[in-house]
Amino acid sequence: MCLAIPALIKSIDGQQAEVDIEGITRDASLQLTPDAKVGDYVLLHTGYAIGVIDPAEAEETLKLLKELSEAS
Amino acid sequence: MKFVEEYRDPELGKKLLDMIHERSRKPARLMEFCGGHTVAIFKHGLRQLLPDNIEMLSGPGCPVCVTASDDLDRAIALGHLPDVIITSFGDMVRVPGSRSSLQEARSEGADVRIVYSAQDALAIARDNPEKSVIFIGIGFETTAPTIAASILQAEQEKISNYYVLSLHKVCPPIMKAILDLGEVNLGGIICPGHVSAIIGSHPYQFIADDYKIACAVSGFEPLDILLAVDRLIRQIESGQPTVEIAYRRGVKPEGNVPAIRLMETVFEIGEANWRGIGVVPSSGLQVKSQYEKYDAAKNFKIDPGPTHEPEGCICGSILRGVSTPKDCGLFGGTCTPEHPVGPCMVSSEGSCAAYYHYGDNHG
Repeated sequence: MCLAIPALIKSIDGQQAEVDIEGITRDASLQLTPDAKVGDYVLLHTGYAIGVIDPAEAEETLKLLKELSEAS
Repeated sequence: MKFVEEYRDPELGKKLLDMIHERSRKPARLMEFCGGHTVAIFKHGLRQLLPDNIEMLSGPGCPVCVTASDDLDRAIALGHLPDVIITSFGDMVRVPGSRSSLQEARSEGADVRIVYSAQDALAIARDNPEKSVIFIGIGFETTAPTIAASILQAEQEKISNYYVLSLHKVCPPIMKAILDLGEVNLGGIICPGHVSAIIGSHPYQFIADDYKIACAVSGFEPLDILLAVDRLIRQIESGQPTVEIAYRRGVKPEGNVPAIRLMETVFEIGEANWRGIGVVPSSGLQVKSQYEKYDAAKNFKIDPGPTHEPEGCICGSILRGVSTPKDCGLFGGTCTPEHPVGPCMVSSEGSCAAYYHYGDNHG
């Protein structure tokens, strides 16, 4: 129910965006993420972007995961 | 898929599991609150891979499952009114109420339509100005802002035949209610990822401070969940519970402030009726009086009749983490995904459906 998947913003027209999910184009509302820009990945939930994915944090988490696994 | 595949690396997962096995000493019971986490944990077999001293419990974080029978009965009664179109997310239409389901209401002539988004419900209202279009608003803080956005959009476009039956629920108060019941002795909670994308991590602080229970907000891929478990185990082993975010690419401590504002514009906190738990104060979202022309509860007169729970169904105690589906006499026999008796078997995120699909399904 709270499923949200990463979607890449391709274009923005007002509060609506066209997003790409694995090659499939869908409409997404940006009403909840007014600062989202073309090129951002958003978390898409029931047709609405509920958050912008932070690529730097994504990288940090992967680094942390690798460090933890190497420490074991 | 970017931001997904990287967090499914099996080699890295195996090493993380080895590390968790090395590090975890104390027995601990962890609850994954969110139904999405329940499915991910079962799908990837994580319960079996964690150390024996770690017990995983599922919580009440499946919005379909926690919808009370009498709220369903109200939705069904609305569907039987003349010139009404009911719009709903998919799983909801199959959940049995006291006497029937929305699906059965449809076979009896009610106009019940499944939508993917509140935007679809709004489009149906736009296309059918002679009908009243009622959206059955279920969901937690992840979904509630989207429904709030649809109401504001209706206001903006002057769509006057769109209504929401708000059955929305909020998570921190129900976590408190479960802890106050004292039925489950938890060492840690895997906090919901996408609820937290909206509300942030601060609202869970009371769990660490007042109940001394470890908290970690998790994403939904296997490595996300293992990282959250690692964070919880570290807190438990050190005896220092706190709130950590193990899903930083999607969750900020302060959450999504514009979404919170939007939700607060349209909804106000009120009581909510949770299946198996009952009415919990301050755990639901009701449409503010300023927007009451969109409130289905205020604009339609219905008599849903007396409510009763399905006989023999223990979804209530499963949602409180007190029982597992295996404790239910109906599981896998009378109650299956094809012929569900209770909501935890209907919803794809319900504990019973997860046990059925990914675990031992013979009751």
